[in-house]
Amino acid sequence: MVAALLHGDKMFNFILRRIAVAIPTLIILLIASFWLMQTAPGGPFTSERPLPAQVLANIEAKYGLDQPIYKQLWDYVVGIVTQFDFGPSYKYKDRSVNDIIAQGFPVTLTYGVISFVLAIIVGGILGMAAAIRQNSWLDYFAVGVTIGAQVLPNFVMAPILILIFTLWLGWLPGGGWNGGQWENIIMPVIALSTSYMASIARLTRSSMLEVLRSNFIRTARAKGLPDRTIIFRHALKPALLPVISYLGPAFVGMVTGSFIIDAIFGTGGIGYFYVNSAFNRDYAVMMGLTILLGSMTILFNMVVDILYAWIDPKIRL
Amino acid sequence: MTYSIKAALLGSALALASPALAAGTHPVTGEKLADEQTFTYRVLDEHTSVDPQIVEDVSGSEIVRDLFEGLYNQDKDGNLVPGVAESHTTNDDKTVYTFTLRKDAKWSDGKSVTAGDFVYAWQRLADPATASEYQWYMEVMNIKNAGAVMSGDAPVTDLGVKAIDDHTLEVTLESSLPYFALTTTHTSTFPTPKWAIDAHGADWIKPANIVVNGAYKLTEHVANERLVRERNDMYWDNGNTIIDKVVSLVINDENVALTRYMAGELDRTEIPAGQYPSLSQSNPDEATAFPRLCSYYYTINVSDNAPEFLKDVRVRQALSYAINRDIIVDKVLQGGQTPAYTFTPGATANFAVPSVDYSGWTQAERNEKAAALMSEAGYDKSNPLDITLIYNTSEAHKKVAIAVSQMWKQALGVKVTLENQEWKTFLNTRGEQNYEIARAGWCGDYNEASTFLDLVQSGSGYNDAKYANDMVDGLLKDAKTMDNPQPNYTKVEEIIAADMPIIPIYHYAGSFMIKPDLIGSWPVKNVEQNWYSKDLYKVAE
Repeated sequence: MVAALLHGDKMFNFILRRIAVAIPTLIILLIASFWLMQTAPGGPFTSERPLPAQVLANIEAKYGLDQPIYKQLWDYVVGIVTQFDFGPSYKYKDRSVNDIIAQGFPVTLTYGVISFVLAIIVGGILGMAAAIRQNSWLDYFAVGVTIGAQVLPNFVMAPILILIFTLWLGWLPGGGWNGGQWENIIMPVIALSTSYMASIARLTRSSMLEVLRSNFIRTARAKGLPDRTIIFRHALKPALLPVISYLGPAFVGMVTGSFIIDAIFGTGGIGYFYVNSAFNRDYAVMMGLTILLGSMTILFNMVVDILYAWIDPKIRL
Repeated sequence: MTYSIKAALLGSALALASPALAAGTHPVTGEKLADEQTFTYRVLDEHTSVDPQIVEDVSGSEIVRDLFEGLYNQDKDGNLVPGVAESHTTNDDKTVYTFTLRKDAKWSDGKSVTAGDFVYAWQRLADPATASEYQWYMEVMNIKNAGAVMSGDAPVTDLGVKAIDDHTLEVTLESSLPYFALTTTHTSTFPTPKWAIDAHGADWIKPANIVVNGAYKLTEHVANERLVRERNDMYWDNGNTIIDKVVSLVINDENVALTRYMAGELDRTEIPAGQYPSLSQSNPDEATAFPRLCSYYYTINVSDNAPEFLKDVRVRQALSYAINRDIIVDKVLQGGQTPAYTFTPGATANFAVPSVDYSGWTQAERNEKAAALMSEAGYDKSNPLDITLIYNTSEAHKKVAIAVSQMWKQALGVKVTLENQEWKTFLNTRGEQNYEIARAGWCGDYNEASTFLDLVQSGSGYNDAKYANDMVDGLLKDAKTMDNPQPNYTKVEEIIAADMPIIPIYHYAGSFMIKPDLIGSWPVKNVEQNWYSKDLYKVAE
């Protein structure tokens, strides 16, 4: 009881510490991206048809872009802190950054989380099976498939999927989101999860193989424990450690949106908005999404650290 | 059980009803119409807005033309046809235009469309507080006091537009503009409902709030995914509208869009670069290419801080002559484009392409002349000229740039450095004249040659070459008030061809895959490609 409380206390302190570091990190991220964006040539209203000076002045006045840079940044931060207002989009004028996030983020989150779960389940099972039956046909098959999946980038795989499932077989719609219908989710999930799946499978396989060769497993075998007990009770936990450290960035990678998935499948997620906001110099959209994705990266790295400590008591928070 | 009986009844009712629908024929052409009248097309990118005074992109304007209706529309060939205005009159010196509005035009909430709605919209466009990127269009229209209103020096009420009564709109211009009526098909001049904007502010264009006067209502919008518009029962010409529903899908990748078109998900999509020849072979009924009101050209920096060699007209002429436009059009692009020797496309209304001398020569003659000019200017293959050519990042621009650099190298020994830049960086570089030669493209805002030639005016903000010629300025200024400005335009084109501040390369073509049941109604002859869903229809196959 005392020990549990002590552990809980430690956990609380750890989280507090992480948050204390996260805030300055976010501020630095914010200032750095704001500065980088401002230094990039051209602005949100630079276009093939340069605006007459008067028109440009009117527009800049409307958005406060005529203010000094530090004031623009300050106003932006104040807007977020006091009203949770991430500002307007300069490009898509009939919606705000809040609108864009509210609409695009759930889409990204949906296909991201499904891809993540699928990658863990399929990748984990494939990796474990390959390790347990090392040098069998199953192992060769798993290694072959994962290498193939890893070298096939999703911008190649996505159009191929559309070609097969939409044009040739006519089973699935070639894109769109349609409110998140399962037919629309399948191909984005396959295209997004495959390479992660392959990485997880390969990581699980090699780490499992290493654990299976270690002394304590040999001891367990010598004691005559059944294979199932050896693997699930003794080998699995230590074998998963390297996989877990990979899962944090992988999860962030999947749920923070993919430009490729959004661009090819027309899903309407935030990945496409994020990349395009840089091209469009759509300052507020870019800043808003940077803050969102930056916070998520920090959050999930923290979650991974906590998981790590939970699995391996040798690691101190 | 009850459910299945209901369903069966409904099914048979529909089965009975459909022959009646199938029997529908087009009221004018008499063609047999398809049962399903939904038009689904691909757009490259999310539109900027559906607010007429705010929208600034092509795909947004296409939507706005369905949702709202201005004074005039265009027909299949691009001619003016009545929209909200039934007709107009003008005074002798063409400075005052009076439009008579139809009495049966209604907003989707049942209110009448009045002259006051146009006054409000035009004032809103010019108002600095609206901060529209198309504010300057009021100056293109030459509306009285537009400049003063835009700069905030005069109240919006000073703008030269007023409602004489609910159905009479009077527009006063700064000076005569014979083609004024043509400018009223532009989406930024469409009326907007003040009461809806007052009630909902910036959110007035959301499907739940929007009030429209066009043939379609906005029923669904998912950013970066889809936008749906459906027939507006209050539209005055709803009886003659055939397409019931229009769906635009955002598909960024043109090849994926083509695959989805082939799978039957789309009725129209762009043909990816270079695929027109093969698609017109494999799908001759669907692949279509037609001239557009756009020109592709290279602009030469002739500003004060330009390198000396570019100020030498012989160098500029040589560079232009040595480009084999036929090869670029027929071998590099292969999409129905036409070679350009003058800036204004031949497809422009009331414009005859002048025959500038080098357009009539063979390429061998051009190359010979180019080499002679170049050596006169002091450059040859042993003392080659070094030039940097910039273009914005794109496969198509790259292909053209590589072809041109090879032509220059072979014919003139010029050493070309190709440099691609990200779009906004490129615009900045070009706009600040930090370049030698830059790729450029221009599409007409309206179907009249001045929309192109104004670019070579010394005061034009789009004159990236910083070319200045008093004679050109004078000719273009006079052309504004002439009933037949063609002689002036011809003269200007001849001067440009001699001075060569810009090198015209080709005139664009639109190339699309359009389903055979729809293609008959597509306005391929409208060079501005201002299409209206209300005029489209699908025929029964």
